[in-house]
Amino acid sequence: MIPWDFVLWFFLGSLVLGLARLIIGPSTTDRLVGLNLVAGQVLTLLVLLAVKEDVALYLDVALVYDIFGFLGILAVVKYFTKRRAS
Amino acid sequence: MNAAPWIEFVLIFLGMGFALLGNIGVFVMPDPYTRLQASATCSTTSVISVILAAMAASGFSPTTGKLAIILLYFLVSSPVATTIIARYAWESGVVPWRKPRRPRGGDVSA
Repeated sequence: MIPWDFVLWFFLGSLVLGLARLIIGPSTTDRLVGLNLVAGQVLTLLVLLAVKEDVALYLDVALVYDIFGFLGILAVVKYFTKRRAS
Repeated sequence: MNAAPWIEFVLIFLGMGFALLGNIGVFVMPDPYTRLQASATCSTTSVISVILAAMAASGFSPTTGKLAIILLYFLVSSPVATTIIARYAWESGVVPWRKPRRPRGGDVSA
């Protein structure tokens, strides 16, 4: 019905462009944008893999990956924000 | 007549198109704000489409509930992350990109 292998390889191939932005990004903001995009694509890949292989365990992995991606972005932004002189 | 395979097919290909557009936009745009815009809209629509397609593919089962929880969390977390990144860019002094002006009236000096 649906060519699952083709869909998976397509998402993996389109992820490379976001990954290139993550690697060559000139500033921290560009890298954060790339990280956000790659996190979403990997979530998509995990969901597709869970449906294709019919393994529901991958969905838990996807949820935890999403939560930790969000927390990672939050931590990076918090780390690079300049502290105000108190 | 079962409509689920067609819904699945359309949503999967919609998600693939949005993902490709978002990645190309992030790669070619000149400025962090425009990159953020391309990334946010296209990533969100592609993930929503693919998760809806997975819900249609898995039928009515516990998998559908898990996918709904993932979709709900993603709908909350992705715009919040985008807002945080945009605010960080603005406060760290990233200047928005402008189209470089052409010299007017045939003035080609400088």
